[in-house]
Amino acid sequence: MIKLTEINRIFQVGDQQVHALRDINMTIDNGEYLSIMGPSGSGKSTLLNILGLLDNPSSGEYELEGEIVTHLSDEQQAVIRSSQIGFVFQFFHLLPRLTAAENIALPMMLAGVAASERRQRTKKILDELGIADRADHKPDQLSGGQRQRVAIGRATIMQPRVLLADEPTGNLDRHSGMEVIDILENMNQQGITLIVVTHDPELGERAGRKIRFVDGAITVDTGKQ
Amino acid sequence: MSMGITDIIRFSFSAIVRYPLRAGLMLLAIAIGVASIVILTGLGEGARRYVTSEFSSLGTNLLIVIPGKTETSGNALNIFSGETPRDLTLQDALSLKQHAQVNRIAPVVIGAAYVSYQQLSRETPVMGSNAELLKLRNWKMARGRFLPAADDTRAAAVCVLGSKLKQELFKNENPIGKKIRIGDRQFRIIGIMASEGRSIGVDVEDIVIIPTASAQSLFNTPSLFRILVEVNSRDALEQVKQHIVNTIKSRHQGEEDVTVISQDAVLGTFDQIFTSLTLTVTGIAAISLTVAGILIMNIMLVTVSQRTAEIGLLKAIGASHHQIQNLFLVEASLLTATGALLGIAIGYGGNLFIHTLFPALDNVAPGWAIAAAFLLALCTGLLFAVMPARRAARLDPIQALAHR
Repeated sequence: MIKLTEINRIFQVGDQQVHALRDINMTIDNGEYLSIMGPSGSGKSTLLNILGLLDNPSSGEYELEGEIVTHLSDEQQAVIRSSQIGFVFQFFHLLPRLTAAENIALPMMLAGVAASERRQRTKKILDELGIADRADHKPDQLSGGQRQRVAIGRATIMQPRVLLADEPTGNLDRHSGMEVIDILENMNQQGITLIVVTHDPELGERAGRKIRFVDGAITVDTGKQ
Repeated sequence: MSMGITDIIRFSFSAIVRYPLRAGLMLLAIAIGVASIVILTGLGEGARRYVTSEFSSLGTNLLIVIPGKTETSGNALNIFSGETPRDLTLQDALSLKQHAQVNRIAPVVIGAAYVSYQQLSRETPVMGSNAELLKLRNWKMARGRFLPAADDTRAAAVCVLGSKLKQELFKNENPIGKKIRIGDRQFRIIGIMASEGRSIGVDVEDIVIIPTASAQSLFNTPSLFRILVEVNSRDALEQVKQHIVNTIKSRHQGEEDVTVISQDAVLGTFDQIFTSLTLTVTGIAAISLTVAGILIMNIMLVTVSQRTAEIGLLKAIGASHHQIQNLFLVEASLLTATGALLGIAIGYGGNLFIHTLFPALDNVAPGWAIAAAFLLALCTGLLFAVMPARRAARLDPIQALAHR
């Protein structure tokens, strides 16, 4: 479960203070499917970064699975990112020098999982994602859809509770985009909490709970349906 | 939460081979630094060995007696008060023979005179000594014999020529038995020195050697240039040294006015000079490593900015500051270690090459220098990689991920 209390995020840009998030209060249950929509600069990416522990709020509290994670050390936050949170990016962010399988195994390598177990788990997830035949290909030999599937494999290999997707279809054609959405929703149905930030209204509408951001504040929250 | 060392190395290695130009530059910088240390210490060590062996060829267990007290602690006012040291005389030299541990004694007189044969004439160094000198200095004869083992006070009119001098005066003619003029006297040639090349201090090829008393009479001086004393064993050196000082002192009315140098002391001094020379040169070479270090820092900084997105991603998937920093440090260490090994190999090659050019120079870099060069390179690499690695670790992952 995710619980945000009075979250504020203020950026200092030159002399000006930019209030990216204003007094955000919300609770997200495990297994929910959220879409966060809103215009550029409305704060939705900032929220995603805070949820993913890539950024810390200027004030307020973030509680993840009963633990307040706001003031943990970098080391401790890294552990949480590794074990509980998965990221899917618009631009995939695969390492070009590693193969698809190696990219997927990267979080396990960082976490010190034994090589034999890594191979086994990577193989399983490659099968599930339908890209087993692409295991030894480098990212530049993969199509956009395949790349994003590798990225999803990497995001979920550590079996996180929360999957954060920032415009996951933003860089894909419609067909591949739909495939990627299917995979993500499938994972959500298996119990992972899925939070998608998107511009795409059609994609946003699919989520069980829709949140709309304007100027760093939540204007619409349909709640769990 | 920790990453296995083999994984770290494999990951770093994959990053290194991805940017061959960058890796090549760093390898080169380090290799040049290390190679210059290996080569320069090799040269220094070679020079040291060369001089040491030259001195050893002087003969072993040698003491050299020089007139005058040359210790720096001596009373400098002597110079102004007009007191000059007494000369060393032939009698002084002969008196030193009494000691049981003294094996050989060779008095030495040095001067220069015109040496002429028929119409040919040239100024030549003239050395006055006795029969013992040959063995004492390990010299060899090419032809004839050396000075006769006769009474040292007898001024026999015989001489021994250096090979070059012989060549100039006689060409291929056999000079043995011929008479030449040295200064205003006639001397009969009894032997020719083998061309031993240069022995420290004396060019044996270009010299004429006559008996001590003859030289003293020729140069009209009762004094000796020095006395060479060969001692039976190394252990007796100190004892004999003291004996010499005491004997001369008693012969010179209680005045201690000679200096006795052991060859060991001379050797020790040269050894020190060359060791510090080698160290200095090493230090200079080490500066090139520092330059390499700065290059490494720059290249690593470029690397960090090139790989911003990668760093952001690694953070997003669970890498801590610490891990990122370590990845970059390992990368730098791998590069510097490889560069250092490369440099050692190049240095070895360079030393071999120089050795083939100058076979007399035994220029092998000492083990300590190689180890030091390697460690220094590794430390430099690490030290200069710390700043870029920290910068990488501190990158804001959000900004970093904004890079495509």
